[in-house]
Formats: sequence, C-alpha cells, structure tokens
Amino acid sequence: MQPVLTDLIPALPEIFLAVAALALLMLGVFSGKNGTRLVSGLAVVALVATSVLLVRQEGYDVAFSGLFITDGFAVFSKLLVLLGTGLSIIIAQNFIAREDMDRFEYPVLMLLATVGMMMMVSANDLLTLYVGLELQSLSLYVIASFRRDYAKSTEAGLKYFVLGALSSGMLLYGISLIYGFAGTTNFITIAQVLQAGPAPLGVIVGLVFVAAGLAFKISAVPFHMWTPDVYEGAPTPVTAFFAVAPKVAAICLFIRVLEGPFGSLLPQWRQVIEFCSVASMVVGSLAAIRQSNIKRLMAYSSIANIGYALVGVAAGTAEGVQAVLIYMAIYLVMTVGTFAIIIGMRQKGKAVEEIADLAGLSKTNPMLALALAVFMFSMAGVPPAAGFFGKLLVFMAAWKAGLYPLSIIMALTSGISLYYYLKICKVSWFDDVKEPLDRPTAGLSWVVTATALVVFPVALVIGTPVLNSAAAAAASLFH
Amino acid sequence: MADWPILSLTTFLPSIGALLILLVRGEEQAVARNAKAIALATSLLTFIVSLFILVKFDPSSAGFQLVEEHSWIPALGIQYLRGIDGVSVWFVLASTFLTPVCVLASWDSIEKRVKEFMMSLLLLETMLVGMFTALDFILFYIFFEGVLLPMFLMIGVWGGPGRIYAAYKFFIYTFIGSVLMLLAIVAMYLQVGTMDMRVMLDHTFDPSMQKILWLAFFAAFAVKTPMWPFHTWLPFAHVEAPTAGSVMLAGVMLKMGGYGLIRANLQMLPIGSATYTNLVFVMSVVAIIYTSLVALAQTDMKKMIAYSSVAHMGYVSMGIFAANAQGLDGAMFQMLSHTVVSAALFLCIGVVYNRLHTREIARYGGMAHNMPKYAVVFMLFMLASVGLPGTSGFVGEFLSMLGAYEANTWVGLFASTGLVFGAAYMLLLYRKLFYGKLEKPDVIAMPDLNGKEILYFAPLVAIVIMMGVYPKSFSSVYAASLDHILSHHREALAAEGLTPPVANPASAFVPAANAGTLSAHPATSETPGTEPAVEPSTTETPAETPAQSEPKADANPDAGH
Repeated sequence: MQPVLTDLIPALPEIFLAVAALALLMLGVFSGKNGTRLVSGLAVVALVATSVLLVRQEGYDVAFSGLFITDGFAVFSKLLVLLGTGLSIIIAQNFIAREDMDRFEYPVLMLLATVGMMMMVSANDLLTLYVGLELQSLSLYVIASFRRDYAKSTEAGLKYFVLGALSSGMLLYGISLIYGFAGTTNFITIAQVLQAGPAPLGVIVGLVFVAAGLAFKISAVPFHMWTPDVYEGAPTPVTAFFAVAPKVAAICLFIRVLEGPFGSLLPQWRQVIEFCSVASMVVGSLAAIRQSNIKRLMAYSSIANIGYALVGVAAGTAEGVQAVLIYMAIYLVMTVGTFAIIIGMRQKGKAVEEIADLAGLSKTNPMLALALAVFMFSMAGVPPAAGFFGKLLVFMAAWKAGLYPLSIIMALTSGISLYYYLKICKVSWFDDVKEPLDRPTAGLSWVVTATALVVFPVALVIGTPVLNSAAAAAASLFH
Repeated sequence: MADWPILSLTTFLPSIGALLILLVRGEEQAVARNAKAIALATSLLTFIVSLFILVKFDPSSAGFQLVEEHSWIPALGIQYLRGIDGVSVWFVLASTFLTPVCVLASWDSIEKRVKEFMMSLLLLETMLVGMFTALDFILFYIFFEGVLLPMFLMIGVWGGPGRIYAAYKFFIYTFIGSVLMLLAIVAMYLQVGTMDMRVMLDHTFDPSMQKILWLAFFAAFAVKTPMWPFHTWLPFAHVEAPTAGSVMLAGVMLKMGGYGLIRANLQMLPIGSATYTNLVFVMSVVAIIYTSLVALAQTDMKKMIAYSSVAHMGYVSMGIFAANAQGLDGAMFQMLSHTVVSAALFLCIGVVYNRLHTREIARYGGMAHNMPKYAVVFMLFMLASVGLPGTSGFVGEFLSMLGAYEANTWVGLFASTGLVFGAAYMLLLYRKLFYGKLEKPDVIAMPDLNGKEILYFAPLVAIVIMMGVYPKSFSSVYAASLDHILSHHREALAAEGLTPPVANPASAFVPAANAGTLSAHPATSETPGTEPAVEPSTTETPAETPAQSEPKADANPDAGH
C-alpha cells in the first residue's frame, strides 16, 4: 500500500483536477439547464486549487515506476497551462451563453484537456506522453466542434480530428521505432542508451517521426495546414483556448522529449527544429499579411510565434529553454488579451470577426483600442512591451548557441510581421468608424485590462522573479 | 534639489503630464482646452527642470555625469542606468525646448482629438530624453524604439492624405534597422557580460567582430539619420506629419541617428569605423549632392525642407567619420544648428499652411508685402540653412567640411558643392514665396505673425544668431567629451597599427594653407595604415611629441609629386 501512496503524491494536482472534472460533470447533469455558469465558476476554482497544489510541490520526483516525473520545469509549464485554461474559461462565459453553446460539458471538457496537458509535460515515458496527448486531443476535437449545428465549427472539428489522428499515427510509429531500436520507452533509460554508444539509425528515424507528430500539435510549418481553418471555424473562445494552453503544453513536451532522452542527439534534431523554425517564421509572417479575418490572422501569428519559440528550442541549452518558457508565458498573456477583445467584437449583438470591423475603435472605445495596440506592439516585439523581452531572451540564447543565421532570420521576419500588427492598429486608430462595436461585457473588460497591464508596464517590474523561476525550471531539465 | 534624480525627473515628468491628460473628462471643447493647458505647463516645467541639468553639468569633465544607477533585471545584465556627457546634454535640452514650442505650434492647428495629440507629444518627449540619457544598452534600445510609437500615431492620426502609407513606411523602415542593432547589442553583451554602455566603451572588441557589429549599428542609425539611400521614408513622413510632428522629427529624432553614430559606431567600434570610412564618405557626398538636386526640383515646401535635411545630415555623417577634431566638432555643431534651423523652417511652413492649407510653393507669392515680420523670420532661418556666416549653419558646415577636407580632399571638394546647391534651392524657395507680385486673393488675405507665433519664434531666432556669433558658448559644453572620444579613438587605432586619415589635430590648417597638398591626401586616406611613413602615427604618444614638426615638414615635399 505504501509505495502506491508515495506514487500518488507527485501526481496529486492531476488527480485532483481529474476528480474535480468528474464531480463537475455530475453537478452539471443534475443542475439541469442553468448549470453552465455554476460549473464554469467552479471549474475556475478547481484550476486555482490545482495551481495551489502545484506550487506546494517541491523538487524532483519520479513516480509510477518511472512513468511520471515532476520537476521545476513541469511545475512552471503546468502553471502556464492552468493560467491559460482559467483565463480561457473566464472569457468564454458570455459568448457561450449568447451563441447557443450553453452546455455544462464545455468547461468540463476544458478541464479534462488540461489534465491531459499536465500529463504531457510530466511525461517521463513515451507511453505517458502518448496517453496525455490523446486525452488532450480527444477533448479538443470535441470542443472544436462544440457548436454542432454550425457547419464551420463541425468542419473545424472534423479537420482537426482527421489531421490529428494522422499525426498521432506518425507519433506512434516513431515511438515504436524508438522502442524497437533502443529497447525501452522510458526517457531516462533512453538517455542512458544513447549516451552509451552511437545512436542507432532507427532511433533517429523514430525521433524524426515523433518530432513531426509533435510539430503538428504546435502547428509548426510544414505541419500547420489545419491551424487557420480550425482557428477560423471553431467558436472564438475555443480558438482562444487552442491558441494558448495546448500550444504551451505541446512545446513544453517537445522540449522535454528533445532535451531529456534525446539530448545527446542535439546535432541531429537541431536541423529538424531549425528547418521548422525558419519555415514557421517565414510562412507565419508572410501569409498573415493578406488575411482579412482576424482569427485567421491570429492563426498565422501563432505560427510565426511558434517559429520564434523554436529558435530557443534549437539552441539546446538551459538559456534556450528559459527563453522559450518566458516567451510562451508572455505569448499566453498577450494572446488571451487579444482574444478577449476579439470575443467582445459585436455589432448590435451579432458577433463579427473581420479586421475592418475594428475601424474607429479608438473613437468609440479608446481604452479597448489602447489595450489592443499594447497587445499588437507586444506581439511585434516593440519595446517597452513584454513581447520585446521574450524576443530578446530568445535572441540571446540563440546567439550564445551560435545560431547566427537563425537569429538574423528571426530579426527580419519580426520586422515583416510588424506590418500586419500595424494593420490592426491602423484600422482601430486611423480609420473612421463605420459601425461601432458594442461595449464588451464586464468580465471581458476585466481580462483585457488585466492582461494589458501585465504586458505593459507590470512585466517591467515583475521581470526578475519570473526570469529567475524560469531559469530554475530550465535548470531542472539539465540537472 | 541637490541629489534629485534630475535625469529621471526630466524623462518622466512629461509622462506624468500625459497621464493627467488621460484623466481629463468632460465636454470635448473643455477637454481640448485643459489638455493643451496641461501639456504646455508640463512641457515648460520639464524644460525648466532640464535647465538644471545644464547648470549642474561640468563641461570640463569628459566622463558621464549625473549618473543614476539602479538594479533592474540582473539576470540579463540590464540596469536602470542613466547619465549624460557632453555629447548628449544638448540633445536633451533640444528635446525639452522643442516640446513646448510644438505644443504652442499645435495650439490652433490641431482640431480633432487634441487630448490624444498632446499625450503623444509628451510621451514622445519622454522617449527622446530617455534615449539620450540611457547608459544601459537595453534601456537605450527601449527608448530608441519607443520613439516610434507616439510618432506613428502622430503621423497616422493627424497627418495629411497620404498619412497611412507614410506612417507604415516610417515605422517598418526604422524598425527593421533597429532589430539588426538589437542583434549587435546581444552579441556585444555576450562578450562583455553587461549591458552597461560605459563598460562597453572601454572594452576593445575583436577587430573582425567590430566590422560586423559596425554594420549592424550602422543599419539602425543610417536609417534614422537618414543617410542616402535609406532616406526615402523621410520625405513621406515629413510631408504627411502635422507641423509639430515634423518639428520633432527634424529637430530631434534625426539626431538620434547622429548621436548613435558617435556613441556606438565611432566610440565603441573604432576599427569598424576606420574600415568603413570611405563607405560613409561616399554615402554622405551622394546625400549632399543628390538630395540637394532633388530638393531643387520639389514643388512642395515640406518635401524640399525634408530633402535639405538629408543633405545637412550628410555633413554630419561625413564630419563624424572624418574622425578628427574639426570634423567631429563640426558634426556636433551642425546637428545642433540643424535642430534649431530645421525645426524653425518647419514651423515657418506650418504658419502659412495653417492659413492656406496647402504646401504648394506655386500657390504663394509676394508675401513680403503683406507679411513683413514673417518674411524677416523666414529669411533668417533660410540664410542659416544656407550657411551664411554669422548664423549657426555656417559654423557647423564649415567645420565639418574642414574635417572632411583633411581626411580626404575629394570628399571635401564634393561636399562643398552642396553649399552652392543648398543656396540655390533655398533662395529659389524664398524668391517664389516672398517676392514677386502679391496677386492671389487668398494670399493677400493672410494676416502676419500673431503673438503666439512670435512667442515661439523669438527664442529660435535668438539661438540661431547666438550660435553663429558666439559658437563657443555651445561648443565648450561638449569640447572635453569630443577630445576624449578622439584620443580614445586614436589610441584604439594605434593599437591595431592603423592611423586615422590625419593624425595631427594641431596641423588642422596646414592642408588648407598649402594648396599643394591636394594630391597627397586622397592616396593616403584610401588606405590608412599602409603608409605609416607619410602619416605621423599619433600625437597622443608622448615619445613622438618632439618629432612633431618633422612629419609636418615631410608633408610638403611629399605633396610635390
């Protein structure tokens, strides 16, 4: 009995969240039609409680015979995931009520997806990785098509499902190859095997397949095809969720797999990451220029941002990991804020999502326009907004690792991407009002204000502690 | 207020004013009035505070003064580090001085969204002062980029018909240039381990690395200055910007480029500077001649002055990289003079633009008859821009040409043609605007300068004449700093076995006096360092001091063949 209990303690936050999700499911069933608000509220409470449990976790621990690991890196990434999910549930509130998505399964599914993501970043075995990833993906497939009587949403869900299944297949194939050639699925043992002698070719081929499967999840080019369609088709709060929590979880998982078991194969996988990174930066920044739908634009923007984050991954150093963690934290905050504004875009009660609909926002709602400008400039990496510091850290890590061409491409593409971020500012500040947008609800305004203040100027003040904890998190991966 | 953080105060006072304006509520008319009042009060207060900087500044010391140092993000080596030296002190004052002038100039001409305009103007001041006083490279970069935001809004919201294109071009051009600079900053940080500019100034970077870093910094500052062929954003930005935007753009923002070229390129990367001297010379000379010719062909007043700015900044870059006492002194003086003169010229254009709402030169004519005060003021600034002795423009242009002449005779020769072209287009502009018959009815109806306009022109007139008649009052502030920069520069070159184009500042007037030396100089400056026998290595080395007269004597026989 004793060994099982000690196994449970490291996984306590996950277990708590899973139980809470099931309890909320029951509550939802019994509270009938009007339960969504209650369930959503309690879901946020459950997320907060989970974060408290997480923060109380100390140090490094391996449980379930080496299947599950907790360390500083896992705690940091899980906190990001929880923050992303919590904010996504808050900003979804009003939207799901108005757009006929008012079902209590919505927050419950988000919680289950979050459990999956937390398992992903704590995976210490290829099988845990796969189980966590599938738990997350299955919940996401359902959420994507949550507005089931709306063709675009169903289409988005289906597309996501088919392509997701394909990527899972590639992932599994890669896992089987690695297992076949390394003789184990455990990360620690794989690392030992690879350090002991030259890597078998089968492991490298398997690693490429695993990387391809994960690249699909973070929507890195050339596995990005689903992103714009799913972002556009899915209901906006779902898109907001997709853009933050799963992205953070997947890239942290990516880091754990590459730096952990395959750390000694850095020269091999670096080429793959470098290619994906350059392709994502170039495609993300060029393709976004022609978009007129703001959700599609955000899809390409997220592709470009993943490209920047991959620069840090390619560095393959603790600085690189720290840079990626900070980058994703900032990305999360500003993306949630931007999507809170997009969710609030309504004209006479009807949801709109064209960039042109923002025209004259600075006259009808100056504060919202100001917040939008803060987010856009931050995404473009213009100081003094937080996004600049994220880019700076990635630059530093990449330069230190000797990735000079990659840094220069990153610098140039962020200059190109500035164009479409400026376009949003231009529309909201310089153009004349055509049809004023409705005032966003109090909950949305609250999230927008809070996130905008974090991006600027709070980030300038809290920078040091966050940097230090990210550094500790990154160091835990390289102990 | 002996120990007050006076630089931070000067920087953030305008921001506080902007926040106050943000809080103003009520009826639109009242809001506009209050916003203007707050903006004027804050900017005047800031100017008064900034005068204390000048009072407390010790011109005899070359080091950084009034330093404020606080820990900020130690993990990245970033500090909150501020300080000024002789190079930066005038630019701080220029920013604080021109802001109230701009507030006054926009008092009646900005009619829509006054509140936001005044906020942008004050934020711009914060960014500018912050940028000139930052001693931490990341802090520098933050302010350097931060300048773009308020300016982008000023051009985009309050600009003319082509404002969108101009705002985009302005932002993206300068942003891409500065991102490359960020990479160079990161590379330097990884070498030195701190973002402290004072440490970087003392650090000698590897020569081959310097050559790459130099190009990255040059990309940022050449766009900002702007140097040919990176100047194409400037005419658009100027033409579309409101008067206050043009004044700040020409008056202070272009100097960010010149300041950066001195601080980063010349001071931190001497080997890089020596390597690319000829590149800068060519670009400067082309700027001086080509943009002067382009200015000659303009029919839009603002565009003409904008192109003339590019030409005048050509003297600045030429003077800086001549890397001798006259050149650098001239470049600094030219920048200060251009600050006042170009700002004043844009204000002058604003005066008639507010009355007639066109910048077409052909729409005006004969204004000397009905606007005599305006004609006198315009005449003074026009002559200062041309470089008439007795005005500020003469000192800067003369010295920077002298410096260039010493470094490379051909450059000096070509640059001097720019003076002729400059006189040509400015006099032409003046003739078309003020002389001839006063026959267009709307021009006849224009009233002369009003009280408010006289109020902000008066100090500008005084400064231009003061700078021309008694330049030492301005140059003495930065003389020690420039001396220090030059001696440091020469030492760095000497350590690498290179010599600056002319090593002996004492012999400044020798080439000018001996017309025969004309042929010697192009050859030696083409390849500085290959002919150490012809050029004395450095005056700073004590051992060489007794032999001073000999190299000078050598120069003459050498010039004979």
